[in-house]
Amino acid sequence: MTRRIPTLLLTVFAATLFGSAPVIAQDAKSKPAAPSAAAPAAAPATTAPATDVNRFNRLLKPANQRNLPPMQDGIHDPGSEGTAALMPPLSAFETLPRSNAGNRVNWVKALEDRAINPRWDRVDTNAVPIVMDLNIVREVKGSMPDVVYPHKQHTEWLDCSNCHPAIFVPQKGANQISMAAILLGQKCGVCHGKVAFPVSECRLCHSKKKDGPVARTGQ
Amino acid sequence: MKQVPWVTRVRRGLTALLFAVVAITLWTPSDSRAEYGDIVINNYADAAGMRPAIFPHWFHRIRFRCKVCHADLGFQFKAGGNEITMLKIIDGQFCGACHNGEVAWSVENCDLCHSGKPNTPTQVHESTIQKLAVPVGQGGSKK
Ligand code: HEC
Ligand code: HEC
Ligand code: HEC
Ligand code: HEC
Ligand code: HEC
Ligand code: HEC
Repeated sequence: MTRRIPTLLLTVFAATLFGSAPVIAQDAKSKPAAPSAAAPAAAPATTAPATDVNRFNRLLKPANQRNLPPMQDGIHDPGSEGTAALMPPLSAFETLPRSNAGNRVNWVKALEDRAINPRWDRVDTNAVPIVMDLNIVREVKGSMPDVVYPHKQHTEWLDCSNCHPAIFVPQKGANQISMAAILLGQKCGVCHGKVAFPVSECRLCHSKKKDGPVARTGQ
Repeated sequence: MKQVPWVTRVRRGLTALLFAVVAITLWTPSDSRAEYGDIVINNYADAAGMRPAIFPHWFHRIRFRCKVCHADLGFQFKAGGNEITMLKIIDGQFCGACHNGEVAWSVENCDLCHSGKPNTPTQVHESTIQKLAVPVGQGGSKK
């Protein structure tokens, strides 16, 4: 049991983070030069700054800051008529299965359940993907479960040429992949952490149980 | 199964690395609250006096699979990496393959695409790399 704890903690910790973005500057407009300056700036004037400074979640993005409509999302210009005409994400997501990170939509399930039916061709509505069901297991050193890379869910969305050969040589084990590379936007991180579900969802990739790492000093 | 408390050196190194990464993430302030995967494209727009273009992935992936744009239409996986211009668009390339009045509304709806706050740099919104690789206190240019 004990040895699970650090991993669990890490997972939870990282998940909180990646899933929910740094929110030091929740009060929007002011872009603080340093995080330390952010919290005081957010405090409502004179009354009781202490409560705000010591608010329960200092860094966790509150649920009501997710999937904001374009008018409030910080990158669209609220002064433009075009912005007002755009669709707010939440209204589209209402009917879709939810997840815990990214768009907070479970896109794999949305496809499976036919909640959405995105075209495979620009105009031909009858074209369907050639789905390949091939799992590649990548053993991971240390305590983390092994990674199972599923071709199935990927070929539902993507063409072979999207990954082969530019991102991955199509040969089991021929590619060096590490978490550091993924976090920096390489390998799996080309998509995961940008458009596909983010890196915080460890268990979606690290999905194959193993007995756990062997302590080097042994017994 | 559940036995000995143990800590290998490898494990400690990994933990340290992950915590470092996590820490960097933590202490990078960002006020981006845009939708995950929204892409701001601003190679030329600002300089030409237009608002930057914003491409919403969530909206398009409900209608098209990645393959349509990233294989058939040749969009590279890189924000700002396709050197999109209005000339290419009206000639039916990139956004113009669909925003042509047939597959989707056409180019005269300038404001629907050019809806970004002026001076917003080219970037992928809410991306892990945006949160990791940006110097403290800056918005999040990918360049
Ligand atoms: C999202 C990226 C992605 C897509 C899309 C993709 N692959 Fe792969 N493919 C991988 C990865 C990752 C591996 C594992 C490479 C490794 O272990 O180093 C792999 C491995 C392979 C292998 C080697 C298997 C083996 O046992 O050696 C073949 C063959 C392959 N892919 C064919 C295809 C074909 C055909 C398609 C299209 C139908 C496709 N791939 C689509 C990522 C992808
Ligand atoms: C070219 C883009 C791309 C690359 C590269 C890529 N993925 Fe994915 N992956 C996707 C998309 C798109 C989905 C669909 C789910 C989503 O969008 O969140 C997906 C889904 C998955 C799923 C299915 C999750 C589920 O709910 O069933 C797993 C597991 C996964 N990816 C692991 C990996 C791993 C491991 C790698 C690297 C070896 C990798 N992916 C590389 C685009 C990519
Ligand atoms: C998109 C899929 C994906 C996600 C999400 C993911 N990993 Fe990984 N992880 C991998 C792959 C692929 C490897 C490399 C496996 C190998 O060596 O072939 C890896 C390797 C690792 C390793 C071994 C050391 C290293 O850097 O290679 C650790 C530890 C690890 N991941 C932890 C995590 C934690 C913690 C999370 C959640 C915050 C996480 N991973 C999320 C795909 C993923
Ligand atoms: C379908 C989306 C879309 C529509 C509609 C659209 N644009 Fe663009 N436009 C773009 C994109 C994408 C770019 C590239 C932005 C960049 O890199 O700075 C761009 C770039 C530009 C540029 C700078 C580069 C160049 O080609 O000169 C100007 C000026 C411009 N658009 C004007 C307009 C005007 C005026 C309209 C309406 C008649 C319009 N756009 C409609 C997507 C669109
Ligand atoms: C309707 C077209 C379209 C669809 C569908 C689409 N994309 Fe994109 N994608 C784009 C455009 C446009 C860009 C930005 C290119 C530019 O700025 O030149 C982009 C950029 C990207 C990037 C680069 C981000 C970076 O690192 O800079 C990734 C990764 C990506 N898309 C993944 C996906 C995945 C995964 C899917 C499917 C779930 C998908 N896209 C579906 C049009 C599309
Ligand atoms: C594969 C076809 C395709 C491509 C390529 C494409 N779009 Fe679209 N886009 C659509 C469709 C279809 C709609 C929905 C039109 C409708 O509702 O009538 C749409 C809608 C939009 C919307 C409005 C979303 C809303 O809230 O209603 C924006 C903004 C947009 N596209 C921007 C772009 C930009 C910028 C590009 C190029 C970088 C681009 N699109 C490339 C098909 C495409």
